[in-house]
Amino acid sequence: MMSVFAKEVLDNFRDRRVILSTLILGPLLGPVIFAVMISFMTSQATERMEAPLELPVIGAEHAPALIGFLEREGVIIQDPPDDPEGAVRREEEEIVLRIAADFGDAWTEGRPAPLELIADQSLRYTGTTIARVRGYLNGYSSQISQNRLQLRGVHPDITRPLQITVVDLSTPESRGGMMLAFLPYFIMIAVFMGSMHMATDTTAGERERRSLEPLLINPLPRWQIMAGKLLATTLFALLTLGLSLIAFVYAMGFLPTADMDMALNLDFRVAGLAFLLVSPVALLAAALLIILASFAKSYREAQSYMGMVILIPMIPSFWILIDPTRTETWMTLVPLLSQNVLILELVRGEPVNLLWLLYSISSTLLLALLLAAIAGTLYNRPKLIFTSD
Amino acid sequence: MIEARGLRKTFNKGKVVAVDEVSFTARDGRITGLLGPNGAGKPTTLRMLYTLLKPDAGSMRVDGIDPEAEPLQIKRALGVVPDSRGLYDRLSARENIRYYGRLQGLDKATIDQRIARMSEVLDMGAFIDRRTEGFSQGQRVKVAIARALIHEPRTVLLDEPSNGLDVMTTRALRGFLQQLRTEGRCVVLSTHIMQEVAALCDHIVIIAKGRVAAEGTADELLRRSGRDNLEDAFVHLIGSDEGLLA
Repeated sequence: MMSVFAKEVLDNFRDRRVILSTLILGPLLGPVIFAVMISFMTSQATERMEAPLELPVIGAEHAPALIGFLEREGVIIQDPPDDPEGAVRREEEEIVLRIAADFGDAWTEGRPAPLELIADQSLRYTGTTIARVRGYLNGYSSQISQNRLQLRGVHPDITRPLQITVVDLSTPESRGGMMLAFLPYFIMIAVFMGSMHMATDTTAGERERRSLEPLLINPLPRWQIMAGKLLATTLFALLTLGLSLIAFVYAMGFLPTADMDMALNLDFRVAGLAFLLVSPVALLAAALLIILASFAKSYREAQSYMGMVILIPMIPSFWILIDPTRTETWMTLVPLLSQNVLILELVRGEPVNLLWLLYSISSTLLLALLLAAIAGTLYNRPKLIFTSD
Repeated sequence: MIEARGLRKTFNKGKVVAVDEVSFTARDGRITGLLGPNGAGKPTTLRMLYTLLKPDAGSMRVDGIDPEAEPLQIKRALGVVPDSRGLYDRLSARENIRYYGRLQGLDKATIDQRIARMSEVLDMGAFIDRRTEGFSQGQRVKVAIARALIHEPRTVLLDEPSNGLDVMTTRALRGFLQQLRTEGRCVVLSTHIMQEVAALCDHIVIIAKGRVAAEGTADELLRRSGRDNLEDAFVHLIGSDEGLLA
């Protein structure tokens, strides 16, 4: 078994493609994409918040006082496009303010004066802009209403029965954790990518090379041959995982965390814990991919299966992204999901719940061993050996 | 020594009969040739012997060991060069052979010593430490033979060993097989090439359509068929010339 292991490791270390995909691209891809994505998102957000707001206004002449207020607030008033609805639809403008012709009449009569904000709310990036315009308009509105009440001798506070203050208990770490929701996904995908090539090469590749039949004639129980291949694949997955985590630790150093007012708790101690946490996934991925690749007749066929398997670790990640809930004990028992939630706990800087860690590691390991046992029996099937003939 | 009695193997749930009633004996110190057209069931017979396939019926013994009962023992007793001779391209010839030596459970010193000897006998000195990527067919066959015989088995099975070899390499291969015979080993080779059998084999087993059509030395086969050359005898004995030209 160790001979098979040693040979597969040597063989694959000599494969430039493996080195490139497993040990260089695999670990680097996640952190780089992640870092670029995060810094892009933050810089976009700050840009939108701080850049001067340009607002095309239709019928500016109907409400000179409002326009004056907006300009004092730093809003740049622009001439409206000819076809405001069309312009918004074509995404030439994010938002257009329309002041109706009867604005002045309504105003002088003390009725609510109509304003229209033309925008497409389904476009995500307009959210900030709409909020900013509404913020300015609400400010103007409450200023006027306070003036009106004061003119009538009423204390403005009478219209504010509630005073709401949100006491934000989030720590810089926990805010960072929200941004890091993608992190588990990138880590998991690194593990799968790390074992992918090796799993294919040692099984489907062996068959394509026509070296499987002579290999099986050696006096070695078949499961041991499989176990050697599985161990070698797991080793590569672990290498990728380790390198990936190290790359992440360094990538976090380049993020503009100061601008984001949050700390990302991803130092080497956390990375070490994450490694421990995710390492059973390496065996899981290796066994799963080897089972799949064993059924493939050729390298190519195996690769097309792999493309689909790589989606599996995405499912829990995206579920968490869409529906971020509190971590509960049952989650830590579900392989892949448990790593997701626990990595998030770790980077959020929360104290490590050892029991959860234990649950996650043992449940994943159990499933991985089950899959490994299935893989071990595969070479007992004559079909698997001769389908290439 | 190999004794096969009434071997039968079917595929696709009995619809395709690959081997039906194959019996033969291959003695030590002789080269036994399994001769037959393509599709006659030669590789299937060999695969049953080296335990990659389970026979549906019949019995086999290799030096008294039953392959079905003791598959690992059989694999230690046999040296097999199957039709699939895939090597690991990223390993050198020496590493390829050493891998099989380790799988056979040999220690490092023994492996090194045997590789040195094999390299000399099979004339592999020029390429033994090169990666096998880009090797010629002849070089590949030599590596495949060396790795299959690293544990010095008493019984050697070869499936179409001279496939794709040039004349010189074929001659060298024949010399090597004759040397194995001289050492008193039991050599079995399957082939569809008449000249090979005529030049090499002490005992010929003609297989056609999954059955043994005839058995004996070249002279015996000629006498029995009443023909004056082996090719005509062969056609006569299997009852058709189907598959001969392939």
